Amino acid sequence: MPNPDLALALRGAGRRYGERTALRDVSLELEAGRTLVVFGPNGAGKTTLLRLLATLLRPHAGEVCVLGHPLPEDGYAVRGRIGFLGHEPLLYRELSGRENLRFHARLHRVAAERVDVVLDAVGMLARASDPVAELSRGMIQRLAIARAVLHEPVLLLLDEPLANLDPAAAAQVAPLIGPGSGRTRVVTSHDPAGGLKDADLALGLKGGRVALLAPAADVRPEQITELYA
Amino acid sequence: MRTTVAALLSKELTLEWRTRESVPAMVLFSIATYVVFHFGLDRDRIAGDLASGVLWVTLLFAAILGVNRLFVAEYEQGGFDGFLLAPVDRTALLVAKAVALFLFLCLVELVAVPAFALLLLGPPLTQALPQLVLVLVLANAGIAVVGTLVAGLAIQTRARDLIVPLLALPLLVPVLLASARCATPLLQDGGAGPLPGDWLAVAAIYDLLFALIAYAVFDFLLED
Repeated sequence: MPNPDLALALRGAGRRYGERTALRDVSLELEAGRTLVVFGPNGAGKTTLLRLLATLLRPHAGEVCVLGHPLPEDGYAVRGRIGFLGHEPLLYRELSGRENLRFHARLHRVAAERVDVVLDAVGMLARASDPVAELSRGMIQRLAIARAVLHEPVLLLLDEPLANLDPAAAAQVAPLIGPGSGRTRVVTSHDPAGGLKDADLALGLKGGRVALLAPAADVRPEQITELYA
Repeated sequence: MRTTVAALLSKELTLEWRTRESVPAMVLFSIATYVVFHFGLDRDRIAGDLASGVLWVTLLFAAILGVNRLFVAEYEQGGFDGFLLAPVDRTALLVAKAVALFLFLCLVELVAVPAFALLLLGPPLTQALPQLVLVLVLANAGIAVVGTLVAGLAIQTRARDLIVPLLALPLLVPVLLASARCATPLLQDGGAGPLPGDWLAVAAIYDLLFALIAYAVFDFLLED
Protein backbone atom coordinates (compact mmCIF):
# COMPACT_ATOMS: atom_id res chain seq x y z
CA MET A 1 0.00 0.00 0.00
CA PRO A 2 2.71 2.60 0.82
CA ASN A 3 3.14 5.09 -2.02
CA PRO A 4 5.98 7.58 -1.46
CA ASP A 5 4.32 10.17 -3.73
CA LEU A 6 1.36 10.42 -1.44
CA ALA A 7 1.61 12.35 1.80
CA LEU A 8 -1.55 10.65 3.06
CA ALA A 9 -3.35 7.50 2.03
CA LEU A 10 -6.30 6.20 4.04
CA ARG A 11 -8.36 3.13 3.18
CA GLY A 12 -11.45 2.49 5.27
CA ALA A 13 -9.83 4.06 8.32
CA GLY A 14 -11.87 3.96 11.50
CA ARG A 15 -11.53 4.68 15.16
CA ARG A 16 -13.66 3.91 18.21
CA TYR A 17 -13.72 5.23 21.76
CA GLY A 18 -15.12 2.28 23.68
CA GLU A 19 -18.50 1.49 22.11
CA ARG A 20 -18.73 4.81 20.28
CA THR A 21 -17.41 5.02 16.74
CA ALA A 22 -15.76 8.40 16.23
CA LEU A 23 -14.52 7.81 12.70
CA ARG A 24 -15.81 5.28 10.19
CA ASP A 25 -14.60 4.14 6.79
CA VAL A 26 -12.52 7.17 5.79
CA SER A 27 -10.69 6.75 2.50
CA LEU A 28 -8.71 9.48 0.79
CA GLU A 29 -5.38 10.31 -0.80
CA LEU A 30 -3.45 13.56 -0.60
CA GLU A 31 -0.39 14.35 -2.65
CA ALA A 32 2.65 15.93 -1.06
CA GLY A 33 2.53 19.72 -0.86
CA ARG A 34 -1.27 19.85 -1.08
CA THR A 35 -3.80 21.06 1.45
CA LEU A 36 -6.72 19.05 2.75
CA VAL A 37 -9.33 21.04 4.64
CA VAL A 38 -11.64 19.12 6.93
CA PHE A 39 -15.07 20.51 7.70
CA GLY A 40 -17.74 19.20 10.03
CA PRO A 41 -19.78 20.07 13.09
CA ASN A 42 -18.53 19.46 16.61
CA GLY A 43 -18.06 15.74 17.25
CA ALA A 44 -17.88 14.93 13.54
CA GLY A 45 -14.46 13.26 13.94
CA LYS A 46 -12.13 16.03 12.73
CA THR A 47 -9.89 16.01 15.79
CA THR A 48 -9.87 12.21 15.87
CA LEU A 49 -8.72 12.16 12.24
CA LEU A 50 -5.91 14.59 13.01
CA ARG A 51 -4.79 12.63 16.08
CA LEU A 52 -4.85 9.45 14.03
CA LEU A 53 -2.59 11.00 11.41
CA ALA A 54 -0.32 12.42 14.13
CA THR A 55 0.26 8.87 15.52
CA LEU A 56 -1.37 9.90 18.80
CA LEU A 57 -4.24 7.44 18.21
CA ARG A 58 -4.13 3.98 16.65
CA PRO A 59 -6.58 3.21 13.88
CA HIS A 60 -9.06 0.49 14.84
CA ALA A 61 -10.05 -0.26 11.26
CA GLY A 62 -8.62 0.14 7.78
CA GLU A 63 -5.20 1.34 6.71
CA VAL A 64 -3.53 4.64 7.42
CA CYS A 65 -0.36 5.59 5.58
CA VAL A 66 1.43 8.87 6.42
CA LEU A 67 4.41 10.13 4.41
CA GLY A 68 4.74 6.67 2.90
CA HIS A 69 4.77 4.88 6.23
CA PRO A 70 1.96 2.61 7.44
CA LEU A 71 0.62 3.41 10.91
CA PRO A 72 0.88 2.48 13.66
CA GLU A 73 3.81 0.20 12.72
CA ASP A 74 6.04 2.98 11.38
CA GLY A 75 4.93 5.73 13.77
CA TYR A 76 8.47 6.34 14.93
CA ALA A 77 9.62 7.09 11.38
CA VAL A 78 7.11 9.89 10.78
CA ARG A 79 6.84 11.57 14.19
CA GLY A 80 9.69 13.98 13.64
CA ARG A 81 8.27 15.01 10.25
CA ILE A 82 4.83 15.98 11.53
CA GLY A 83 3.88 19.35 13.01
CA PHE A 84 0.76 19.01 15.13
CA LEU A 85 -1.35 21.89 16.36
CA GLY A 86 -4.34 20.71 18.35
CA HIS A 87 -6.81 22.36 20.69
CA GLU A 88 -4.24 22.25 23.49
CA PRO A 89 -1.04 24.25 22.98
CA LEU A 90 1.13 21.47 24.51
CA LEU A 91 3.06 24.06 26.50
CA TYR A 92 3.84 24.03 30.20
CA ARG A 93 2.19 26.99 31.90
CA GLU A 94 4.96 27.59 34.42
CA LEU A 95 7.69 27.69 31.79
CA SER A 96 8.28 30.64 29.51
CA GLY A 97 7.66 30.43 25.79
CA ARG A 98 11.38 30.19 25.14
CA GLU A 99 11.87 27.46 27.76
CA ASN A 100 8.99 25.48 26.29
CA LEU A 101 10.39 25.73 22.78
CA ARG A 102 13.91 24.87 23.95
CA PHE A 103 12.47 21.77 25.61
CA HIS A 104 10.76 20.72 22.38
CA ALA A 105 13.88 21.61 20.40
CA ARG A 106 15.89 19.18 22.51
CA LEU A 107 13.28 16.45 22.02
CA HIS A 108 13.39 17.00 18.25
CA ARG A 109 17.19 17.45 18.09
CA VAL A 110 16.79 20.97 16.75
CA ALA A 111 19.54 23.57 17.27
CA ALA A 112 18.76 25.98 20.11
CA GLU A 113 19.28 28.96 17.75
CA ARG A 114 16.17 27.93 15.82
CA VAL A 115 14.03 28.74 18.89
CA ASP A 116 14.51 32.49 18.62
CA VAL A 117 14.03 32.32 14.86
CA VAL A 118 10.53 30.85 15.20
CA LEU A 119 9.71 33.08 18.17
CA ASP A 120 10.54 36.05 15.97
CA ALA A 121 8.52 34.62 13.09
CA VAL A 122 5.37 34.42 15.25
CA GLY A 123 6.02 37.83 16.81
CA MET A 124 6.67 36.51 20.31
CA LEU A 125 10.33 37.36 20.77
CA ALA A 126 9.57 40.30 23.07
CA ARG A 127 7.44 38.15 25.40
CA ALA A 128 9.51 34.99 25.07
CA SER A 129 10.68 35.07 28.69
CA ASP A 130 7.21 35.42 30.20
CA PRO A 131 5.59 32.34 31.73
CA VAL A 132 2.94 30.91 29.43
CA ALA A 133 0.42 31.26 32.29
CA GLU A 134 0.73 35.05 32.00
CA LEU A 135 0.06 35.23 28.25
CA SER A 136 -3.20 35.84 26.42
CA ARG A 137 -4.86 33.02 24.47
CA GLY A 138 -3.77 34.58 21.21
CA MET A 139 -0.16 34.72 22.34
CA ILE A 140 -0.32 31.12 23.54
CA GLN A 141 -1.69 30.11 20.13
CA ARG A 142 1.24 31.86 18.45
CA LEU A 143 3.66 29.95 20.69
CA ALA A 144 1.82 26.72 19.88
CA ILE A 145 2.30 27.46 16.18
CA ALA A 146 5.99 28.12 16.82
CA ARG A 147 6.19 24.75 18.60
CA ALA A 148 4.46 22.99 15.72
CA VAL A 149 6.89 24.30 13.08
CA LEU A 150 10.02 24.35 15.25
CA HIS A 151 11.44 21.17 13.72
CA GLU A 152 10.48 22.17 10.15
CA PRO A 153 7.95 19.39 9.57
CA VAL A 154 6.90 18.39 6.07
CA LEU A 155 3.33 17.61 7.14
CA LEU A 156 1.26 20.02 9.19
CA LEU A 157 -1.83 18.83 11.06
CA LEU A 158 -3.68 21.94 12.15
CA ASP A 159 -6.85 21.92 14.22
CA GLU A 160 -8.46 25.34 13.74
CA PRO A 161 -5.04 27.02 13.67
CA LEU A 162 -6.27 30.59 13.55
CA ALA A 163 -8.48 30.28 16.63
CA ASN A 164 -7.81 33.16 19.08
CA LEU A 165 -5.62 35.02 16.58
CA ASP A 166 -6.37 38.59 15.50
CA PRO A 167 -6.08 39.39 11.77
CA ALA A 168 -2.56 40.80 12.14
CA ALA A 169 -1.34 37.72 13.99
CA ALA A 170 -3.06 35.44 11.46
CA ALA A 171 -1.22 37.26 8.66
CA GLN A 172 2.06 36.99 10.57
CA VAL A 173 1.87 33.20 10.98
CA ALA A 174 0.64 32.59 7.42
CA PRO A 175 4.15 32.02 5.96
CA LEU A 176 4.71 29.31 8.59
CA ILE A 177 1.46 27.38 8.40
CA GLY A 178 -0.42 28.84 5.44
CA PRO A 179 -0.63 27.46 1.90
CA GLY A 180 2.56 29.34 1.05
CA SER A 181 4.55 27.36 3.60
CA GLY A 182 5.20 24.67 1.00
CA ARG A 183 4.17 21.95 3.41
CA THR A 184 1.50 19.32 3.08
CA ARG A 185 -1.33 20.49 5.29
CA VAL A 186 -4.41 19.00 6.88
CA VAL A 187 -6.48 21.80 8.37
CA THR A 188 -9.79 21.68 10.18
CA SER A 189 -12.06 24.65 9.71
CA HIS A 190 -15.59 25.91 10.35
CA ASP A 191 -15.27 28.69 7.79
CA PRO A 192 -16.56 27.42 4.39
CA ALA A 193 -15.36 30.32 2.25
CA GLY A 194 -12.02 30.84 4.01
CA GLY A 195 -11.31 27.13 4.28
CA LEU A 196 -12.06 26.35 0.66
CA LYS A 197 -9.97 29.28 -0.55
CA ASP A 198 -6.73 27.68 0.70
CA ALA A 199 -7.65 24.05 0.04
CA ASP A 200 -6.82 21.59 -2.72
CA LEU A 201 -9.09 18.88 -1.35
CA ALA A 202 -12.17 19.29 0.86
CA LEU A 203 -13.39 16.65 3.27
CA GLY A 204 -16.70 16.96 5.06
CA LEU A 205 -17.31 14.73 8.06
CA LYS A 206 -20.60 14.16 9.78
CA GLY A 207 -21.13 11.68 12.60
CA GLY A 208 -17.70 10.21 11.93
CA ARG A 209 -18.53 9.39 8.29
CA VAL A 210 -17.37 11.00 5.08
CA ALA A 211 -20.21 13.22 3.89
CA LEU A 212 -18.21 15.07 1.26
CA LEU A 213 -14.88 14.49 -0.46
CA ALA A 214 -14.03 16.49 -3.55
CA PRO A 215 -11.47 18.85 -5.03
CA ALA A 216 -11.96 22.17 -3.27
CA ALA A 217 -12.47 23.95 -6.58
CA ASP A 218 -15.59 21.84 -7.20
CA VAL A 219 -17.17 22.51 -3.80
CA ARG A 220 -19.54 25.37 -3.13
CA PRO A 221 -19.62 26.96 0.36
CA GLU A 222 -23.31 26.03 0.61
CA GLN A 223 -22.38 22.35 0.48
CA ILE A 224 -20.18 22.88 3.52
CA THR A 225 -22.92 24.83 5.31
CA GLU A 226 -25.26 21.86 4.77
CA LEU A 227 -22.93 19.70 6.86
CA TYR A 228 -23.83 21.79 9.88
CA ALA A 229 -27.59 21.60 9.32
CA MET B 1 18.35 8.65 24.86
CA ARG B 2 20.67 10.58 27.18
CA THR B 3 19.78 13.93 25.59
CA THR B 4 16.07 13.21 25.87
CA VAL B 5 16.36 12.16 29.51
CA ALA B 6 18.39 15.29 30.24
CA ALA B 7 15.76 17.50 28.56
CA LEU B 8 12.90 15.82 30.42
CA LEU B 9 14.69 15.86 33.76
CA SER B 10 15.69 19.49 33.43
CA LYS B 11 12.07 20.39 32.62
CA GLU B 12 10.87 18.29 35.57
CA LEU B 13 13.18 19.99 38.07
CA THR B 14 12.40 23.47 36.71
CA LEU B 15 8.67 22.86 37.01
CA GLU B 16 9.04 21.63 40.61
CA TRP B 17 11.23 24.62 41.46
CA ARG B 18 8.64 27.00 40.02
CA THR B 19 5.49 25.36 41.35
CA ARG B 20 6.84 23.79 44.56
CA GLU B 21 3.94 21.35 44.40
CA SER B 22 5.49 18.05 45.43
CA VAL B 23 8.57 18.36 47.63
CA PRO B 24 7.22 20.91 50.15
CA ALA B 25 4.00 18.90 50.52
CA MET B 26 5.97 15.70 51.11
CA VAL B 27 8.23 17.43 53.64
CA LEU B 28 5.33 18.95 55.55
CA PHE B 29 3.48 15.64 55.54
CA SER B 30 6.52 13.84 56.96
CA ILE B 31 7.08 16.36 59.74
CA ALA B 32 3.39 16.46 60.60
CA THR B 33 3.29 12.67 60.78
CA TYR B 34 6.32 12.54 63.08
CA VAL B 35 4.63 15.11 65.32
CA VAL B 36 1.50 12.95 65.34
CA PHE B 37 3.57 9.89 66.26
CA HIS B 38 5.34 11.93 68.92
CA PHE B 39 2.06 12.71 70.64
CA GLY B 40 0.21 9.54 69.58
CA LEU B 41 2.80 7.21 71.10
CA ASP B 42 3.20 9.59 74.02
CA ARG B 43 6.93 8.98 73.93
CA ASP B 44 9.83 11.35 73.49
CA ARG B 45 12.20 8.72 72.25
CA ILE B 46 11.88 5.48 70.37
CA ALA B 47 14.51 3.08 69.06
CA GLY B 48 15.08 -0.19 67.22
CA ASP B 49 12.28 -1.76 65.20
CA LEU B 50 9.64 0.73 66.36
CA ALA B 51 11.79 3.68 65.27
CA SER B 52 12.57 2.01 61.97
CA GLY B 53 8.90 1.26 61.32
CA VAL B 54 7.80 4.82 62.11
CA LEU B 55 10.56 6.25 59.92
CA TRP B 56 9.76 4.10 56.87
CA VAL B 57 5.98 4.11 57.04
CA THR B 58 6.05 7.91 57.16
CA LEU B 59 8.51 8.21 54.28
CA LEU B 60 6.47 5.74 52.24
CA PHE B 61 3.22 7.64 52.71
CA ALA B 62 5.00 10.92 51.94
CA ALA B 63 6.34 9.35 48.75
CA ILE B 64 2.80 8.47 47.68
CA LEU B 65 2.01 12.20 47.62
CA GLY B 66 4.83 12.75 45.16
CA VAL B 67 3.83 9.74 43.07
CA ASN B 68 0.30 11.15 42.80
CA ARG B 69 1.63 14.40 41.32
CA LEU B 70 4.27 12.85 39.07
CA PHE B 71 2.41 12.96 35.74
CA VAL B 72 -0.14 15.67 36.50
CA ALA B 73 1.59 18.36 34.41
CA GLU B 74 1.91 15.93 31.50
CA TYR B 75 -1.77 15.03 31.73
CA GLU B 76 -3.22 18.49 32.34
CA GLN B 77 -0.93 20.54 30.11
CA GLY B 78 -0.54 18.22 27.15
CA GLY B 79 2.97 17.10 28.02
CA PHE B 80 2.15 13.52 27.02
CA ASP B 81 1.16 14.55 23.50
CA GLY B 82 4.16 16.85 23.17
CA PHE B 83 6.44 13.98 24.16
CA LEU B 84 4.68 11.36 22.06
CA LEU B 85 4.94 13.56 18.96
CA ALA B 86 8.73 13.61 19.22
CA PRO B 87 10.88 10.94 17.58
CA VAL B 88 12.37 9.73 20.85
CA ASP B 89 12.69 6.54 22.84
CA ARG B 90 9.66 6.54 25.13
CA THR B 91 11.59 4.83 27.89
CA ALA B 92 13.32 8.19 28.37
CA LEU B 93 10.18 9.42 30.09
CA LEU B 94 10.30 6.54 32.57
CA VAL B 95 13.96 7.20 33.32
CA ALA B 96 13.51 10.97 33.69
CA LYS B 97 10.44 10.66 35.90
CA ALA B 98 12.03 7.99 38.09
CA VAL B 99 15.20 10.04 38.51
CA ALA B 100 13.14 13.13 39.33
CA LEU B 101 11.12 11.23 41.93
CA PHE B 102 14.34 9.78 43.35
CA LEU B 103 15.78 13.29 43.73
CA PHE B 104 12.54 14.58 45.28
CA LEU B 105 12.65 11.77 47.85
CA CYS B 106 16.27 12.57 48.66
CA LEU B 107 15.35 16.23 49.20
CA VAL B 108 12.44 15.26 51.44
CA GLU B 109 14.68 13.01 53.51
CA LEU B 110 17.24 15.78 53.96
CA VAL B 111 14.62 17.47 56.15
CA ALA B 112 12.44 14.57 57.27
CA VAL B 113 15.18 12.33 58.70
CA PRO B 114 16.67 15.06 60.95
CA ALA B 115 13.12 15.98 61.99
CA PHE B 116 12.51 12.34 62.88
CA ALA B 117 15.73 12.25 64.89
CA LEU B 118 14.76 15.43 66.70
CA LEU B 119 11.16 14.53 67.46
CA LEU B 120 11.27 10.81 68.10
CA LEU B 121 14.59 9.04 67.84
CA GLY B 122 16.32 8.07 71.07
CA PRO B 123 19.84 7.05 69.98
CA PRO B 124 21.96 9.61 68.15
CA LEU B 125 21.83 9.36 64.38
CA THR B 126 25.38 10.44 63.65
CA GLN B 127 27.02 7.03 63.99
CA ALA B 128 24.43 5.24 61.86
CA LEU B 129 24.11 7.94 59.22
CA PRO B 130 26.45 6.60 56.48
CA GLN B 131 24.76 3.19 56.55
CA LEU B 132 21.29 4.75 56.79
CA VAL B 133 22.05 6.81 53.69
CA LEU B 134 22.79 3.60 51.80
CA VAL B 135 19.45 2.13 52.89
CA LEU B 136 17.66 5.35 51.97
CA VAL B 137 19.21 5.35 48.51
CA LEU B 138 18.19 1.74 47.86
CA ALA B 139 14.67 2.35 49.13
CA ASN B 140 14.33 5.57 47.14
CA ALA B 141 15.36 3.76 43.98
CA GLY B 142 12.68 1.12 44.50
CA ILE B 143 9.99 3.68 45.35
CA ALA B 144 10.97 5.82 42.35
CA VAL B 145 10.74 2.98 39.85
CA VAL B 146 7.52 1.47 41.18
CA GLY B 147 6.04 4.92 41.79
CA THR B 148 6.71 6.02 38.22
CA LEU B 149 5.16 2.86 36.85
CA VAL B 150 2.06 3.19 39.01
CA ALA B 151 1.74 6.93 38.36
CA GLY B 152 1.93 6.33 34.61
CA LEU B 153 -0.83 3.75 34.88
CA ALA B 154 -3.05 5.75 37.23
CA ILE B 155 -2.87 9.07 35.42
CA GLN B 156 -5.06 7.67 32.65
CA THR B 157 -7.82 6.83 35.12
CA ARG B 158 -10.45 9.07 36.67
CA ALA B 159 -9.75 7.86 40.22
CA ARG B 160 -6.02 8.63 40.13
CA ASP B 161 -5.84 9.62 43.81
CA LEU B 162 -7.30 6.26 44.83
CA ILE B 163 -5.51 4.07 42.32
CA VAL B 164 -2.00 5.25 43.24
CA PRO B 165 -2.03 4.18 46.90
CA LEU B 166 -4.08 1.07 46.17
CA LEU B 167 -1.55 -0.12 43.60
CA ALA B 168 1.66 1.32 44.97
CA LEU B 169 1.41 0.36 48.62
CA PRO B 170 1.10 -3.42 48.08
CA LEU B 171 3.86 -3.30 45.47
CA LEU B 172 6.10 -1.37 47.86
CA VAL B 173 5.66 -3.71 50.84
CA PRO B 174 8.93 -5.54 50.01
CA VAL B 175 10.76 -2.17 49.94
CA LEU B 176 9.23 -1.19 53.27
CA LEU B 177 10.05 -4.55 54.80
CA ALA B 178 13.64 -4.64 53.58
CA SER B 179 14.31 -1.00 54.47
CA ALA B 180 12.79 -1.32 57.93
CA ARG B 181 14.75 -4.49 58.64
CA CYS B 182 17.95 -2.84 57.38
CA ALA B 183 17.40 0.26 59.51
CA THR B 184 16.43 -1.54 62.72
CA PRO B 185 19.98 -2.33 63.89
CA LEU B 186 21.09 1.16 62.89
CA LEU B 187 18.56 2.80 65.18
CA GLN B 188 19.13 0.64 68.26
CA ASP B 189 19.87 1.99 71.69
CA GLY B 190 23.48 1.50 72.64
CA GLY B 191 25.03 2.10 69.25
CA ALA B 192 24.36 1.10 65.67
CA GLY B 193 24.69 -2.58 64.81
CA PRO B 194 25.84 -3.95 61.45
CA LEU B 195 23.61 -3.76 58.41
CA PRO B 196 21.82 -7.03 57.70
CA GLY B 197 23.31 -8.03 54.36
CA ASP B 198 20.46 -10.34 53.38
CA TRP B 199 17.84 -7.57 53.65
CA LEU B 200 20.11 -5.19 51.84
CA ALA B 201 20.32 -7.74 49.04
CA VAL B 202 16.52 -8.08 49.02
CA ALA B 203 16.20 -4.31 48.55
CA ALA B 204 18.79 -4.29 45.76
CA ILE B 205 17.23 -7.26 43.94
CA TYR B 206 13.77 -5.70 44.25
CA ASP B 207 15.07 -2.48 42.70
CA LEU B 208 16.68 -4.34 39.83
CA LEU B 209 13.64 -6.54 39.22
CA PHE B 210 11.20 -3.65 39.08
CA ALA B 211 13.54 -1.57 36.97
CA LEU B 212 13.47 -4.38 34.39
CA ILE B 213 9.68 -4.77 34.64
CA ALA B 214 9.16 -1.03 34.29
CA TYR B 215 11.50 -0.92 31.28
CA ALA B 216 9.55 -3.75 29.66
CA VAL B 217 6.03 -2.41 30.19
CA PHE B 218 6.29 1.38 30.31
CA ASP B 219 6.05 1.75 26.54
CA PHE B 220 2.66 0.02 26.62
CA LEU B 221 1.38 2.43 29.27
CA LEU B 222 1.97 5.31 26.88
CA GLU B 223 0.28 3.55 23.99
CA ASP B 224 -3.17 4.75 23.05
